[in-house]
Amino acid sequence: MGMTAVEKIFSKHTGKDVKAGEFVFADVDLILSNDITSPLTVEQFEKIGAKAVFDKDKIALVPDHFTPNKDVQSASNSKLLREFARKHGITHYYEIGRMGIEHALLPEEGLTLPGDLIVGADSHTCTYGAVGALGIGIGSTDAAVAMATGKLWFRVPQTIKFIFSGKLRPWVGGKDLVLAAINKIGVDGARYMAIEFSGDAIRELSMDGRFTMCNMAVEAGAKTAFVEPDEKTIEYVKPKAKRSFVPEVSDPDARFAQEIQINVDDMEPLVACPPSPANVKPVSELKDIFIDQVVIGSCTNGRLEDLRIAASVLKGKTVHPRVRMIVIPATQRVYKDALKEGLLEIFLDAGAAFSTPTCGPCLGGHMGVLAEGERAISTTNRNFIGRMGHPKSEVYLANPAVAAASGVLGRIGGPEEVLS
Amino acid sequence: MKIKGRVWKFGRDVDTDAVIPAKYLNLQDPKELGRHCMENIRPDFAKSAKPGDIVVAEENFGCGSSREHAPLALKGLGISCVIAKSFARIFFRNCVNIGLPILEAPEAVDAVQDGDELSVDLESGTVEDITRGLKFKANPMPQLAREIAEAGGLIEYAKQHLL
Repeated sequence: MGMTAVEKIFSKHTGKDVKAGEFVFADVDLILSNDITSPLTVEQFEKIGAKAVFDKDKIALVPDHFTPNKDVQSASNSKLLREFARKHGITHYYEIGRMGIEHALLPEEGLTLPGDLIVGADSHTCTYGAVGALGIGIGSTDAAVAMATGKLWFRVPQTIKFIFSGKLRPWVGGKDLVLAAINKIGVDGARYMAIEFSGDAIRELSMDGRFTMCNMAVEAGAKTAFVEPDEKTIEYVKPKAKRSFVPEVSDPDARFAQEIQINVDDMEPLVACPPSPANVKPVSELKDIFIDQVVIGSCTNGRLEDLRIAASVLKGKTVHPRVRMIVIPATQRVYKDALKEGLLEIFLDAGAAFSTPTCGPCLGGHMGVLAEGERAISTTNRNFIGRMGHPKSEVYLANPAVAAASGVLGRIGGPEEVLS
Repeated sequence: MKIKGRVWKFGRDVDTDAVIPAKYLNLQDPKELGRHCMENIRPDFAKSAKPGDIVVAEENFGCGSSREHAPLALKGLGISCVIAKSFARIFFRNCVNIGLPILEAPEAVDAVQDGDELSVDLESGTVEDITRGLKFKANPMPQLAREIAEAGGLIEYAKQHLL
């Protein structure tokens, strides 16, 4: 019986062949924590009584959620994180002005490589599946123990394989594919499991599109996500990598928990309606829904390709007078590239706000919190009750083209309506 | 350990943004977090819940964000145990790691109603609905999760086994 890529990566990190269902302590290659999960991590780390972290090069600390500090309490938390980083000589600490949203930043920095086992005190750590790594979301206590010992407990998950066949239509991308997958299996369809995204449509997809897909696997309950590394993956990681890596792939006779086929030939852009990422409808069915705000950004859709797509819809257009559009590049590099390519000018000319990288509005932190009764369309990942602000506000999740088009229309709509 | 408390019943897919909204994530004190627990979906919960009370929920409790603030908020409020048909995985491990008792007991969840009086034996996994005179058995916890819980949480476990 063959092994899944996930079983192989776990085997490599436990020093013995392990199968789905087994409980193991595994060595981790990288531990991530941010400004909202780190204060608890630091508190727990002190309780362990370890004098030093297990490896100062294998920890990444990124103040990205409530930064630039939104209030005094957030400033204190960032300070705590900064002081911990200094005290332990953490190599990969990223200060404001040199940082980005963690799940966009770490792959960009070459810290997430094929075959890695990475844990992060953030549920969207599963994003790293796009480079053929296992990224697993954990809690703050987990992160503290991993920082002290380099190890953590896991149950080796089974894998659900999605096979996307066919050719994507214009304006349909990774966001739509992952929304289709979540819709298919529900918000707990992959609970305790890994998801492997495969098929022709995935091979055709850019790295940015693959990041978007793996990022939202957790919205189907998944422990981690995985895309088999190919030429695109190697081309992406090789110039960034500062250490060697060994890509892993699932054996042809590996046992999957489920294999699900989705043909994308007729798929149109999809929108997840509140209050669940699984509540998915084609954009053409949602044309009477007026919006107050558009958010383009986040660890899901704040990469360069996302901004290019949004800008291509917005070029020469203006944001509807009743709408606020907030564009947030995911990293400083994305910001600079957007500037160089002239995207920034398109957003500003259209009447959008353009911000320094932050998770900000995605989780109702700052930089675009919604009032009672307000409605946003957003390229982010969650539309739970109160996610972006008031419990009586609403969030619709969409790809960057739909978000940009909706901003021009003042209601939910697709790019064809704006460009025709 | 035996626990006795009144039931607060919730539906399926209660996410951690519902358990503790993100605007409070710059806090860490369990008691302070507890004051805002569930405020977006059940505003009376944090005001009226008494120490020892038990949260009962349908499938996939604690989905979404990894925030450990969610089990901490429940703990800070004095919730003695969470019983659900199933738990989202990060929430599950956070509870094991910080020592908030959790049980998967699908049949109990179907029978138990809001306000019922429960008696829970964590060792044997027995859930007794005193109000209705019914008894249920929870699914057994995985061995390693039990060992971590018995050590008093992951920090104590790590001190004993990993350092």
